[in-house]
Amino acid sequence: MTDATTAPTSDQALDAQSWDALLASPPAQHARALSASLTFATRSLLKIKHVPEQLGDVIGIPVLFTLMFTYLFGGALAGSTGHYLQFLLPGTLVLAVVFVTVYSGVTLNRDLATGAFDRFRSMPIWRPAPIVGALIGDAGRYLLASSLVIGLGLIMGYRAGGGPGGVLAAVALVLLFAFALSWVWTTLGLVLRTPNAVLNIGFVVLFPLTFMSNVFVDSDTMPSWLRAIADANPISHLATAARALMAGTPAGAQVLWVLGSAAALTVVFAPLTTWLYQRRS
Amino acid sequence: MLVTESRLAGGFAVEASGLTKSFGQNRAIEGVDLAIPRGMVYGVLGPNGAGKTTTIRILATLTRPDAGTARVLGHDVVDDAAAVRAKISLTAQFASVDEELTALENLVLLARLLCQSRRRARERAHELLAVFDLEDAGGRLVAQLSGGMRRRLDIAASIIVTPDLLFLDEPTTGLDPRSRNQVWQIVRTIVARGTTVLLTTQYLDEADQLADRIAVIDHGRVIAEGTRGELKASVGSGAVRVRLLVPAQREQAQRVLAAELGVAVHAERDPAALTASIPAAGDGAREMTQRVGRALSELARSGIGVSDFAGGQPSLDEVFLALTGRPADPAPDPSTNDERAIA
Repeated sequence: MTDATTAPTSDQALDAQSWDALLASPPAQHARALSASLTFATRSLLKIKHVPEQLGDVIGIPVLFTLMFTYLFGGALAGSTGHYLQFLLPGTLVLAVVFVTVYSGVTLNRDLATGAFDRFRSMPIWRPAPIVGALIGDAGRYLLASSLVIGLGLIMGYRAGGGPGGVLAAVALVLLFAFALSWVWTTLGLVLRTPNAVLNIGFVVLFPLTFMSNVFVDSDTMPSWLRAIADANPISHLATAARALMAGTPAGAQVLWVLGSAAALTVVFAPLTTWLYQRRS
Repeated sequence: MLVTESRLAGGFAVEASGLTKSFGQNRAIEGVDLAIPRGMVYGVLGPNGAGKTTTIRILATLTRPDAGTARVLGHDVVDDAAAVRAKISLTAQFASVDEELTALENLVLLARLLCQSRRRARERAHELLAVFDLEDAGGRLVAQLSGGMRRRLDIAASIIVTPDLLFLDEPTTGLDPRSRNQVWQIVRTIVARGTTVLLTTQYLDEADQLADRIAVIDHGRVIAEGTRGELKASVGSGAVRVRLLVPAQREQAQRVLAAELGVAVHAERDPAALTASIPAAGDGAREMTQRVGRALSELARSGIGVSDFAGGQPSLDEVFLALTGRPADPAPDPSTNDERAIA
């Protein structure tokens, strides 16, 4: 197809040879699940490259949460901000990443309305690939949010007893849980009509979910009914596990608990998302 | 020139019967039947909201019909959707490319999805950009391209792998005449190499220029179907339009014209304008030309001034008038004309 660069399209006759070559392409093949998903992940990253403003949430939320909660509550709850930071930072990591996950659903909802998604859905590719790929791309966003919390925490004086390995393990666990939680928002993204509705409902769910946990205060200080809620809250388990991993203390049971809840979320909401996506019209 | 097997094999690219789909209270289509032979351009003509987009979305496996069945290239669109998807391409009404990516990135991304290696995908993208006269636009974001360029990119994206059946949903709506001609040229070139094209349009002119067969769709039903010639014969091959200097003389002019032409003369929305459909080819047409001449002189003799006179193809309004006995519905606000908006 060396002649493809010859005559451009014009109002007159189109270059016949170029067209013959162009339309003699091999037939379509079914893209494999992984390669199609990774292609969609690339798509997400390219979009960030062209519209970096999309990172507003992954930069704003972690920075805001880390600074605000540390200095707001530090003096009152732990006597000093430095002392509180040791307790709070792993929780801030959880909080920041968990809030950022909502945007997975918002983005999906916005994407679904575009003609590009109509094209994807009419192509011979693994059906959930656009969504799985977007979530893989989002994992990159979550990693950026995590790095900001950790980096800022280190500057503010946080010291991880578990060393870099413990911090990495905590970040990995948080990312895994975030990936699982994202399926809840993609489900909402498919059920609700507008991106704003996804954002609103997402935050309405997340505020009680994250605040009624042991992220900010030890659940022992709560009234018994609230403590029961906080202790059952998966966010508490995630925060406790992250704290233990980062501090270098035993975390086995909590990690298992988090892995279990991540698996449960995925098992319920990933197929639900896929089912809703396939039934869309 | 290549003639692919699909063209020689004959048979139908699309066989649909009784397709029905409602979105809530809104009945988008109510029993659409289609039989589209392979290797041709098939036009689905109708006003906004007639059900064109819903029909295409069902055939392209994006929407499940509530009732009815459709086979595309021999495969059922519901039970065997994956087999359909492997053989079709869709260019939807609103750009089916990513606005936030460049033209080149869009093509490479889609080529990668169709299993092409990184290197092959880039080659293919550049070939397409060259042939579609988009080389200079390759690095620009789609959002920054003109309507015509975006349409060409959209069609280029549909032939990364040559489809057996290409859906084009209103490919020229909103384009300037030059861009429209380019799209027409591209469609002709693609179909000449064996791909079947199903296009929807609001413009009779476009159906006339491109389509070998045409289905006219209105209120979710096919109300007429045939070759261009058949359809025109049923409508009248041409229209005579007269615009008067004095609108008050319209009724008198209508009587004069009806008497001289021997066909029904309709008052248009424009209070000074009248139109009449005149018969298709043959002796009738020749006689009609003479009658049109006589009618014009008769108007002059009656003291009715004519500011404008035109003969030509019937407009979509006139096709509708002839087929349904009522004018086509006035187009709703273009910003809300997406049939899916109701869903």
